Amino acid sequence: MSIASLYALVGVGLFSLGLHAVIVYDHLLRKILAINVMGSGVFLVLISLAGRGGNSAPDPVPHAMVITGIVVAVSATALALSLMLRVAAATGRAELGEERGD
Amino acid sequence: MKWIRWLLLPLLLVLATGLGYAVLSLPDQAPGLQSAVAGQLEKSGVTNPVTAVLLNFRGYDTLLEMVVLLLALLGVWSLGASPAACEQSTPGPVLDTLTRLLVPVLVVVAGYLLWAGAHAPGGAFQAGALLGAAGVLLTLTGGRVRNGLGRRALRVALVAGMVAFMAVAVLTLQSGRELLAYPPGQAGVLILLIETAATVSIGVTLAALFLGGDPAEGNER
Amino acid sequence: MDAVVSAIPWGPVLILLPLAAGTTCFVFPSTAKTVGLVTVTLVPLAVAGLAWRLLAHGVYHHAVGGWGAPLGIDLQADGLSLLMLAMTAFVGFGVTLYATGYFKAGQSDRFWPLWLFLLAALNALFLSGDLFNLYVTLEMIGLAAVAMTALQGGRDALVGAMRYLLATLLGSLAYLMGVALLYHGYGTVDLGLLAARVTPSPVAWAALGLMSAGLVLKTALFPLHFWLPPAHASAPAPVSALLSALVVKASFYILLRLWLEIFSPMAGGVAGLLGLLGGAAVLWGSLQALRQVRVKLLVAYSTVAQIGYLFLAFPLAAGMGLTAWSAVVYLAFSHALAKAAMFLAAGNLVHFGGHDRVVDLDRVVQRLPLTAGAFALAGVSIMGLPPSGGFNGKWLLLQAAVAQGRWDIAGVMVVGGLMAAGYIFKVLGHTFTQANVPHEPSSVPARMEWAAMILACGAILLGFLAPPFLAVLAVGNPIAAGGLGS
Repeated sequence: MSIASLYALVGVGLFSLGLHAVIVYDHLLRKILAINVMGSGVFLVLISLAGRGGNSAPDPVPHAMVITGIVVAVSATALALSLMLRVAAATGRAELGEERGD
Repeated sequence: MKWIRWLLLPLLLVLATGLGYAVLSLPDQAPGLQSAVAGQLEKSGVTNPVTAVLLNFRGYDTLLEMVVLLLALLGVWSLGASPAACEQSTPGPVLDTLTRLLVPVLVVVAGYLLWAGAHAPGGAFQAGALLGAAGVLLTLTGGRVRNGLGRRALRVALVAGMVAFMAVAVLTLQSGRELLAYPPGQAGVLILLIETAATVSIGVTLAALFLGGDPAEGNER
Repeated sequence: MDAVVSAIPWGPVLILLPLAAGTTCFVFPSTAKTVGLVTVTLVPLAVAGLAWRLLAHGVYHHAVGGWGAPLGIDLQADGLSLLMLAMTAFVGFGVTLYATGYFKAGQSDRFWPLWLFLLAALNALFLSGDLFNLYVTLEMIGLAAVAMTALQGGRDALVGAMRYLLATLLGSLAYLMGVALLYHGYGTVDLGLLAARVTPSPVAWAALGLMSAGLVLKTALFPLHFWLPPAHASAPAPVSALLSALVVKASFYILLRLWLEIFSPMAGGVAGLLGLLGGAAVLWGSLQALRQVRVKLLVAYSTVAQIGYLFLAFPLAAGMGLTAWSAVVYLAFSHALAKAAMFLAAGNLVHFGGHDRVVDLDRVVQRLPLTAGAFALAGVSIMGLPPSGGFNGKWLLLQAAVAQGRWDIAGVMVVGGLMAAGYIFKVLGHTFTQANVPHEPSSVPARMEWAAMILACGAILLGFLAPPFLAVLAVGNPIAAGGLGS
């Protein structure tokens, strides 16, 4: 197992842990944090496997993808946090509550 | 939905194992697109391969990503006025002094990162993030940011990066080339132009996102 | 003439035009409505230009930056993309017309930039040939859609928007993980190159599973549909129309592309699973729609059911790929027009009476004849009665099912159609009656009624346009390559 694979496995682990947390926890802030952890896992997989070129330089395309991904994640997190504050103000708790009709 | 939680752990274990197996099945050494990027690097106008990918080879993604930033801000603004908490914080002497010292440093380093992006790690997003941090720091120390720019000026600053990018895009189309195909020789200049406008936009957007709502609506109350 | 039309870069135009318009609306809010109307009038013209180019010269390719895959990003359009772009353009026109009359001053400033950026994102998605670029467009669409859902505030809308945002982010991340695996496995994220390089392998299987799961969540297939009814029902009416008609089709389109081009040699078992879930969606969604008390929730559950029909084609495609996939595209297009018309009509009902409870609809037929007519015509397409686009789609799907002996799928479709008739007629029946508690109606602007009617007529008209529709779909042969398992 090379170093790159090790980091990529950590990324897979983060992705799975984040997925678990998103589904299991009720509080919105924990869900948002869990999504961020999942995002970090995906970025880790992208970046770590980009260094498999042997003696040549790492592959710059995944690096650019991760930069783009980070900006998207920041934007989405900002919107999610503002929305969470409004939900908490409207319903009194920062949780989604039971879904109706299903 | 409680029963889902019992089903969840085994399912996630299967998922993690499957993904792990897929990752391990990848060869230890594999060529990526390094050679393709290196081959075209001189024509890209910059010497840092990541900046070349971000602003030239895959510049279209960067344009769309700036729209994503703006969309997040639009979403936050459409939720209502920014919470009052930001306006009333009065900084203690330590934070106040630190801010006065740090903000100019942040701005200068941002400018350096922007310039350095052509030949070293750096570029518009990194510089924009620093400017955003400066904006957040200013907000935390008394909300002086919101009185700085008028409504129209703020909006222009927010879209400056996108407008620069779209202007270059239209110019490339009009001259008969493909979308965002920079004329050879001018690529470096165009990239710097776009990045400068983008740095300003990104910094202002990030600072505005921190406010958590529409600053203009707050002023009208 | 042909030289002039074909020389114009229609792909970039379709993307840059709404982007520029959205930026203008953002910086100069007072011009928003005019800019919006001008843009949605120009976009169908641009789609027509692209259609001309496509029919004259075959598949449209545009290498952004001049680099070409795998280094750069490619825009490409074949018959399938063109039909999706046309769907976006026409639904967009109708909804824009409606929105000029719907929003009050403050919210209008917020709506127009969001909608125009959403339009740009949809066009960019249907034109994109690069998996990572598709991810960025998916996020654009997701954020714009969530922002529009929460536009008018209100507890239900905010909670619905929050749930929608979490679901869409989860789906995008699963998709992105799949893209990461595919890139590192095969060295490119370009659709065309991947189609040539991908072979069944652990990486390809993992990517197939992840990307399908993420896109299925974003398309709200049962049982991952939990976020759709609250979000679509509590959003403002034009936003609900856009969400049900266009946004869910965007992620479905990506799933379709992936299956047709990249994963076609691998996917037999998963196709069966998707078909099963599709059938469950049809039955469950229709059942829930029958139980609903409010029109908007009823229409939202109808969307859940109609999305199920789209997935019924997956197990049928192994044998009769062309028929099954043509049915899917036909159903998607007709559903977009019909569902948008239904949500706009529901919006009119809310505007008129201040509520949308089915049993309290008060003599709508006499007082809002256009709205009731629009709802009825849209219902014809949803039920799958001739002549309508929905009928053509269901007919093709039934043909594929019966020819392969899949009586279970055919049975689900028939039962689904009957239940659709049930909930449509439930609403229509109440539009004829007087409510127990009559109330003072507010008048509905004419353009809002006409917008709903135009879209509903479009759904019916689609029923007469089968030959040109199928001819356009054949351009570039997107489907011929993609019989599952074949």
